[in-house]
Amino acid sequence: MPTFFERRQLATPGDLLAEGDYIAGEDTYKEDNKIYAARTGLVDYEEKRVNIVALKAFYIPKIGDRVIGTVVEIGFSGWTIDISAPYPAILRAGDVLTRSFKPQRNDLTEVLDVGDVVIAKIVSYDRTHDPQLTVAEPELGKVTRGQLVRVTPTKIPRVIGRKGSMITMIKQETGCHIELGHNGIILITGKNIEDEELALTVIRKIEQESHTSGLTDRISQMIKKEKEKRKEETEDESKT
Amino acid sequence: MSQKHEKLIDKKGLRLDGRKFDELRQIKIEVGILSNADGSAYIEQGKNKILAAVYGPREVHPKHLSLPDRMLLKCRYHMAPFSVQERKSPAPSRREIELSKVIREAVEPAIFLEYYPRTALDVFVEVLQADGSTRCASIVAASLALADAGIPMRDLIVACSAGKAEDTIVMDLMDTEDKQGSADVPVALMPNMNAITLLQMDGILSLEEFEQAVNLALEGCKKIYAMQKEALRAKYVDAKEVEE
Repeated sequence: MPTFFERRQLATPGDLLAEGDYIAGEDTYKEDNKIYAARTGLVDYEEKRVNIVALKAFYIPKIGDRVIGTVVEIGFSGWTIDISAPYPAILRAGDVLTRSFKPQRNDLTEVLDVGDVVIAKIVSYDRTHDPQLTVAEPELGKVTRGQLVRVTPTKIPRVIGRKGSMITMIKQETGCHIELGHNGIILITGKNIEDEELALTVIRKIEQESHTSGLTDRISQMIKKEKEKRKEETEDESKT
Repeated sequence: MSQKHEKLIDKKGLRLDGRKFDELRQIKIEVGILSNADGSAYIEQGKNKILAAVYGPREVHPKHLSLPDRMLLKCRYHMAPFSVQERKSPAPSRREIELSKVIREAVEPAIFLEYYPRTALDVFVEVLQADGSTRCASIVAASLALADAGIPMRDLIVACSAGKAEDTIVMDLMDTEDKQGSADVPVALMPNMNAITLLQMDGILSLEEFEQAVNLALEGCKKIYAMQKEALRAKYVDAKEVEE
């Protein structure tokens, strides 16, 4: 039962990863007892399971996922939300409005208009139906402030880090509140624009270097350096 | 158009551009060069310059085209008006429509279409400069663009042509060899599956010559496959070097 790749080695689609008694995990497939890669990514062996951590992928809805999306269309009884997946998501009016509503009387644009950003949870989805969302939970709903970054959805775990080490570090160092959507969209809300920009550049760096090791330490060093630089700049400004 | 060449192969057995019979043209491949596309690739094979872009999977428009059990794969092969000697009308010609279909059917077997029903995947192939065997180079670029877009695939797809110039079977035909030679055999291959996804023949070959041509094309495919993988990796190694 040989394996043909080392852990964290880069594989391209079609590469033979393992042969024999293995289970095809994420982004791999099995044929004739052989396991092949289905996407470009890093190989990961997890006992008998062979996974590929894809370096580029798109979001496929999953029930229970928390996503961040944009309103693209308003219908009679709800909104169509772009959750950057191949399928448009539906948010029903009855879910947002607590009291019963009548399409003749209530104007949905007053609640959510085209272009509004919402944090929502996926309540239903399968191959034959488009995903349906809900905002009837604490911390879900319309976003009023902050900046959005988009990363490849498979990199969200990297932004979180082992047991949340990365994300807590970024939150602490930048003083920003960060919401992660499983669909790869990240919302950053800070006290001022400078903090938000800092968090933004940090997340972009994580995405670019997600496949390297020792990232958390390097990122924390980077934040400290950036902060010092900014401090010096402001001091220079106050002098002149 | 161009003046008629006396001989496609000289006394030393070299071709018009100095290649041996089993030699590929100079190939340069880049992946992920369009920021607005989900995936993209660019290939230069001799004087061929081809750009491929992939968008999707996304919603299908018009909606009635969507398939309930699998993804809809759309492909457009287009030649820029300045890609050939004489200006070509930008409207899709009969040949371009056919090649769109040929390329689509060559890459289709590699994609897990059944994973994402009711969606569409668009592949755009733009030939900026053409010099023979563009369908093969297009397939090479298209498959890389698909991989770059993160589309789950069974394998990459490689393609290479072979043909007959004078009386020799040669690899990777260029434009003059294609036009003045007596046969052209484009082949597309899934290298790890060892499955051929495209096999065409234009011209006249004996059975032995045909076999020889296919084998030569397959040999070319394997060489290009190594370059394809290298190009896909190159996009990510930069960051890896930072680490060291």
